[in-house]
Formats: sequence, structure tokens, C-alpha cells
Amino acid sequence: MFLAKVYITYKKGVLDPQGSTVKKALGTMGFDTIEDVRVGKYMEIMLEEKEKDVAEQKIKEMCDKVLTNPVIEEYSYDILEVRK
Amino acid sequence: MKFGVVMFPGSNCDVDCFHVIKEVLKEEVEYIWHKEPLRESKRYDCIILPGGFSYGDYLRPGAIARFSNVMEGIIDFAEKGGLVLGICNGFQVLLEAGLLPGAMKRNKNLRFICDNVFVRVENNTIPFTLKCKKGQVLEIPIAHGDGNYHIDKKTLKEMKENNQIVFRYCDEKGEVSEATNPNGSIDNIAGICNRRGNVLGMMPHPERCSEEILGSADGKLIFDSIMKYLKGE
Repeated sequence: MFLAKVYITYKKGVLDPQGSTVKKALGTMGFDTIEDVRVGKYMEIMLEEKEKDVAEQKIKEMCDKVLTNPVIEEYSYDILEVRK
Repeated sequence: MKFGVVMFPGSNCDVDCFHVIKEVLKEEVEYIWHKEPLRESKRYDCIILPGGFSYGDYLRPGAIARFSNVMEGIIDFAEKGGLVLGICNGFQVLLEAGLLPGAMKRNKNLRFICDNVFVRVENNTIPFTLKCKKGQVLEIPIAHGDGNYHIDKKTLKEMKENNQIVFRYCDEKGEVSEATNPNGSIDNIAGICNRRGNVLGMMPHPERCSEEILGSADGKLIFDSIMKYLKGE
């Protein structure tokens, strides 16, 4: 079994409306050293696979096909082996 | 003429679209359930993807609906030149399906906006706007949380060259500015078409303003344009 932790954010250069709102709010609260805030999505996907590269291949395919919109988003992931 | 209105789980403007086609245009119309493949034998002249919140907008608006059984047939229908109109969530589905370029982001102010807005007709040469004048200002309601259209600069330039920008948010006189942009959409874009002009996506809801009793009948121009085109007038 593998656990994939997938992180999705807007691409660099794509204005992030939630990120800029959070940044502004934090600034108002006195956190004045914030350079940038990006708000994204986090997913945990459990896969019943034996090989890590197969699991990775599938995660990539899911991200490219469904989980992200490549026009505005980018992703990264960590894949961990877990016991049932 | 025969229209099809697609129903996804969570569509909520399907009945309004159906009503306008049947009662206002007095044309033939059927619902198309999203789980069924689109049958060519039905011979639709125009397919409408209505507004709403297909699959609760989970993941991204339109992202799950895009993989419904019916979509393969709709992509094929569009590629053969069939008329496809996506309104609001329908527009988002068309973007996710790749039938139109770009993507939708959350509104700039993060609010769900339900309001009457003005849009300027930038392209009146496609089947959906034939009866409008170029530069004509239409008053049409919007109701969305994710209408902040995004496209990279290079593609935007190509779209402008190909006359793919169909509607832009403006004031009642037709002036387009930052102040008349409700959602942060790039270049005030409210509606776009594909290169061929047979697929239109728009955030405003023409089906909500196709009868004077509703305050504006400007939306009827879109449906009348479709009829004019289909009848070859």
C-alpha cells in the first residue's frame, strides 16, 4: 500500500484570489513580514499497489487528467509506503 | 429545430433553458441525462449545457461533469460543427473539457455574485450573436462564485486575433473598465467562442432574461440568433 500526499496550488504568475486575501488579512493582524501566501489543495490518496513506480505513475496520470487543471494549477506529491 | 438541454446532477438552470426553448421560442426541446451517451439519431441542432453546480463544484467547477458519459458525444458533436452553448457552469464544463481555451478561478473578491450586469457584444458574426449589433450592450444577470476567467497572454492574443472574445463586462453605455469588471476576469471577458464559432461559453444567463416580464429580454437575442442561423435566414 502506498499513501500519496498531493499538493495543488495555482501556478506562479497566476493571481491567487484566496492567497492575496489571506495575505492582506495577516498583514492587518500585524504579521508584517509576509512576502506571499498561496492557498491550495491537499489530498491523501491510498493506492493498493506493490511497486512504488507504478503508484507514482498512476498519481501523475490522475493529476494531469483530473485532479489539476494545467491551465492554472501545478502540483507536487510525496509517496509513502504504508502497512495495511 | 431541435434543442437538447443536458442535465448533470446539480444543474439548476436546466428547467429555465427548457422553458425558453419550448414556451418562448416554441421549438422542440428534450432533456439529455448526463449518464447516457449522446445518440446521433436524436439529430439535435443545438445542445445547451446549463448553469448550476454540477457535482457540487467539487474539485473544480465542471471538472467532474466533464467526464460524464454524455460529454464524449458532445465533443464529437462540436467537432462536427454542431452548436453548443455553455451557460455559467456549462461554460466551466466546456473549459474543463477543452472545447474552449482557458480556465475559471474564484472571483477576485471571493464572493458569490448575483447581479444584473451589462456586457458588450464584441463579435456579432457567430451563430449565437447574429442578431446583435457589434458593440451592442446587453443587460443580463450573472450568478457565480467562479467566473474569474484566466488565460495565458499568448493564447489571449491569438483569441483576439481570431475574434474569439464574444462578450465583455461593461457599463450601460458600453464602456469597458476595471470598475465594470465584477469578478476579476482577464480583459473583462464574460464570454468566448472557439475558433470555428460553433461553441460559445458565457457566464451571464440569457435564459433568465428572455421575457419582458422578467425585467429584460436581452437574453432572447442569443436564442433568436441561434434560430436565425439554424433556419439559414
